Amino acid sequence: MTAFVYQFLAFAYQVADVFAFLVLAAGGLAIIFGMMGIINMAHGEFITCGAYVTTALVRAGLPLPVGIVMGALFAGVLGIALERTIVRRFYNRPIDSLVVTWGVSLIATQGALLVLGSAWTSVGTPLGSIGFGDYSFALYRLVMLAVAIGVLVGLYLLFMKTRFGVHARATMQNPAMARALGVPTERIYAQTFGLGAALAGLAGGVYAPTLTLSPTMGTGFVVESFVTVVVGGADVLTGTAPASAVLAIIRAACTAAWGQVFGLIGLLVTVCIVIRVLPEGFSGWLMRRRA
Amino acid sequence: MTLRDIPVLFNGPQTLGRGKLFWLGVAAVIVAAAIYPQYAERFAISNTAYFGVWVFMALGLGLIWGYGGMLSFGQTAFFGLAGYAYGVIAINLGAAHSYPFLALICALAIGTAFAAVLGYFMIYGGINGVFVGIVTLSVTLAFATFMNQTAGPQWRIGRARLNGYNGMTRIPSLSIDWLDGHRIRFEGATFYYLVLGLLVVTYLALRVLVNSRFGNVLVGTRENPERVELLGYDVRRYQLGAFTIGGFLASLSGALYTAWGNFIVPASMALPAAAMPIIWVAVGGREDLTATLVGSFVVLYVFQALTVVSQEYALVAIGALLVVTVLIAPGGYVIWAVDMASRLRRRAGPSPPLSDPALKARTQRG
Repeated sequence: MTAFVYQFLAFAYQVADVFAFLVLAAGGLAIIFGMMGIINMAHGEFITCGAYVTTALVRAGLPLPVGIVMGALFAGVLGIALERTIVRRFYNRPIDSLVVTWGVSLIATQGALLVLGSAWTSVGTPLGSIGFGDYSFALYRLVMLAVAIGVLVGLYLLFMKTRFGVHARATMQNPAMARALGVPTERIYAQTFGLGAALAGLAGGVYAPTLTLSPTMGTGFVVESFVTVVVGGADVLTGTAPASAVLAIIRAACTAAWGQVFGLIGLLVTVCIVIRVLPEGFSGWLMRRRA
Repeated sequence: MTLRDIPVLFNGPQTLGRGKLFWLGVAAVIVAAAIYPQYAERFAISNTAYFGVWVFMALGLGLIWGYGGMLSFGQTAFFGLAGYAYGVIAINLGAAHSYPFLALICALAIGTAFAAVLGYFMIYGGINGVFVGIVTLSVTLAFATFMNQTAGPQWRIGRARLNGYNGMTRIPSLSIDWLDGHRIRFEGATFYYLVLGLLVVTYLALRVLVNSRFGNVLVGTRENPERVELLGYDVRRYQLGAFTIGGFLASLSGALYTAWGNFIVPASMALPAAAMPIIWVAVGGREDLTATLVGSFVVLYVFQALTVVSQEYALVAIGALLVVTVLIAPGGYVIWAVDMASRLRRRAGPSPPLSDPALKARTQRG
């Protein structure tokens, strides 16, 4: 009996771990997609950026939480800069925006390889672990879950309770009308892109202690974040969050049964099925049911 | 159909370049390419064949993206799948008889079938726009991840070890036995002529395809899918057709590449390899076959010249080239140059665009 409880706990822990990963990895991408309808192919590079800034600051002696926040802020500022210089020219050409952000990603990755070298060792995971029977759980993973939930709650408050949120939702629904009513849509776009980039930087910072840092590490996040956004659809709260939960269960089950790689393949098969049944993802489906 | 109708097949509104001068130029390029091995060194011949191998994938992406309006980031998935399939089958069958050629055919069938299945799920699932890009990219990256972890003796198919990150090696070259026992091994100049021949056939066949009814509907779908649907066409069938043909051409690249170098590695499906076709096609011009062809060769050549200095610098430069292209000449430089030239000519004096007899015949017929 106790063995079963522990097994269940271990599975729940795996699910929570993947859920946190998917929410953090995909949140920034989903926000940008939901607002502007474009996919930021340089998403992985903002994650990398956050991870490097965090690690550099922790090595310089700052506490980890400060490093993570600074990493997110730095990525956010870079995001706004990218939006103002390049991305804003592509809002009416979504496919070209994919290509151009991809070019930026290539430049960033390879440029970082030239400047930073191939790999940095991580700063090490804080907080130790806790044991239950034969299993032991790293406490830092629970912190990640808390951060992921914190991000979701924070986004809910931001979009529902603030002036920015009202403007942002108005712009999302009907940009022309919002502009006519005096919403500074250009600025909303820039801020949203910055917010998405900052969330990517946050994900990088949170995962920095657990990974070997390399300029190409962003690639390790992109497949999962793409998959989550495709399954979730355009809205973070009604799309990314439930999609992350469902995908986390599928991935944890496949991984437990057949190993890591099949966890990833399970995700892809799920995507193929979901897009066949719900082309607009979870959020589109929920929206239609509500309407 | 008479002899006079034949030019109509190859010319039309979906391709640039028509008239005697253009086709004389094409003939001249083919002749020059055919006599080139007489005057070049072995390495140069092999290297030019290597460039040619990639161009099939570029033309396929041009069809999917330029003509069909679906940006696939995952052509390398078909490339890699066909490459691995060729390797596994060729190693298992051995190099005797025409077995490597059989392996090529099987590899093409496997790659194309996979493209058809993936295309079915995406296109009939109603996925479009940017989602096609990220789903296809996810597929190719997942493939690369999967192949990366196939190190160790338990990952073998028959006699072929998959070898994980290091990839498969010692894959037999392409060869055919004729009925009289005469054996052709496609290596060096012979391989070059094979690639050249296939390129000419592919280029001409695609010209016929895009100027046919199929091509017109496909371009219509790119411009306005709802309108084409209201005209009574099932746009999904045309999109799936284009996607499958593009997958076939990427598979051809993959199988030929594996036969050329006798190896295949997972990195050929991962980033940055997955994005190279996008760059070849975007820089030359994706909405025209000739522009894609010319652009691909130029970018491949420049990229290799830069790689000699440093791989990272080359990738940064090529990334910058892509960003600048999309910013200032979104249609690609070849198309941009053609536009400029025709604008200059129009300023010099009016030249009626319908003066071409082939086009006139088409207009009168339709």
